[in-house]
Amino acid sequence: MRYAMAVDTKKCVGCSDCVVACQTENDVPVGFCRDWVVEVTDGTYPQLETEIRSERCNHCDNSPCVRCCPTGASHYAEGGVVLVTHDECIGCGACIASCPYDARYPHPDGYVDKCTFCLHNRVEQGLDPACVSVCPTKCMYFGDLDDPNSPVSKVLKTRKFKTLIPEAGTKPQLYFLI
Amino acid sequence: MREELIVSGRMNHLVDPQLHIWHWQIPLYLFLGGLAAGILFFAALFTILGKEKEYPTAVKIAPFLTPFLLIVGLMALFIDLNHKLYFWRLYTVIRLESPMGWGAWTLMIVTPLAFIWCALNIKVIFPNWDWKYKWLYEVDAFLRKHIMVISWLMLIYSLILGVYTGILFSAFNARPLWNTSILGPLFLTSGLSTAAAAIIMMSKNEHERHKFARIDLMLIGIELFLIVHMFMGFLASAQVQIDAASLFLGGPYTTAFWLFVVTLGLAVPALLEFLEIKGFKMPLFIAPVLVIFGGLVFRFVIAYAGQASRWLY
Repeated sequence: MRYAMAVDTKKCVGCSDCVVACQTENDVPVGFCRDWVVEVTDGTYPQLETEIRSERCNHCDNSPCVRCCPTGASHYAEGGVVLVTHDECIGCGACIASCPYDARYPHPDGYVDKCTFCLHNRVEQGLDPACVSVCPTKCMYFGDLDDPNSPVSKVLKTRKFKTLIPEAGTKPQLYFLI
Repeated sequence: MREELIVSGRMNHLVDPQLHIWHWQIPLYLFLGGLAAGILFFAALFTILGKEKEYPTAVKIAPFLTPFLLIVGLMALFIDLNHKLYFWRLYTVIRLESPMGWGAWTLMIVTPLAFIWCALNIKVIFPNWDWKYKWLYEVDAFLRKHIMVISWLMLIYSLILGVYTGILFSAFNARPLWNTSILGPLFLTSGLSTAAAAIIMMSKNEHERHKFARIDLMLIGIELFLIVHMFMGFLASAQVQIDAASLFLGGPYTTAFWLFVVTLGLAVPALLEFLEIKGFKMPLFIAPVLVIFGGLVFRFVIAYAGQASRWLY
């Protein structure tokens, strides 16, 4: 099993509903976020192009954060989801420094926090992660890459996609449809 | 003109707009750990070579600094932790792929060795020291009998500690400035150099001072060589490494690095030590103080600049 997510940059309007849904679902402390929206505008005026991406932890197959964790608090859970066990985390910050996507943050309670793909609170009950299910443009697809009929497998078969900084060697599992 | 504008809705404390998860504690610890590693290395080396009498400060006196250096360093590390009460989790697992993991275990071995070394030489500082209990005298005699084993252990583990202070950074490919394996040998050399400087300051024996001035001069030469290679590597690498090097080549850390680390911390003391070896009367403290100061600034500059270097996407 390999959980993954695809975000359609052609459909995302950058409304940040995914961010609010995540903060509500996961009790993310005020001022922090586990997912966020990035807008990249590039080109030469007037030929400008904007890409909007809803970003979060890439749940990498080769995660530098899991590798550098001195206590094993950062680990691969079911389906390759990268999680932090709070009472094993010493808050040393090594994983935060090791993430090329800066997807982790120090929780005010001391441990390091990040996106969980809502594994324990939603996915295990057969639901989609909060961000996916709330999206008003239905621009996100989640599921098991090993299952050819999952929404994410299906959309990756028919659309062109990219991942972020593949050259960092992290094998990210967050796909952006382009 | 082609333009690129990136706007992110993320503003996580200590992560945005620029990573600043590690503050003064980490570079201070790396400096103290490197200095302690260097002092223990020289003590072990000259014991193994049978030159305790020739270099008494290096073997018997300077090591008394190391328990303090290591304890202050460990306290800095502890202060840095955000989830302090769980620090013992470090010692419930052995994770060789995590530099911080094996670094924590290395400290667990080096720190007791530093205390043992001081205990064995306690009479140098306190001539009337009495262990009071018979069993303590028996432990003392046992350790003395195996001084060569202790020396070899200390030699190896002090080298591991010295290299580890650099590997801690170089293992992070997310921070292109740190992601060079040259940082391991570079921090080790810098740690040995600051240790040589500390020994020069403490020594009352001119022969020993000149020997360590020569050693320090050689180490400074190696450091300059490694720094040049570090920049050659960056500039011949991909864009993110070129950008990382530019932090020191016109970027915000240029003055701190070239003035305080390279000029005042390496070049000037090298010149002073060279003149002293050639027989010129030099003020005793200037060169070693500059070397130690340069080593401290070096750790800070690398720790802070590394967090400013990143991948852009």
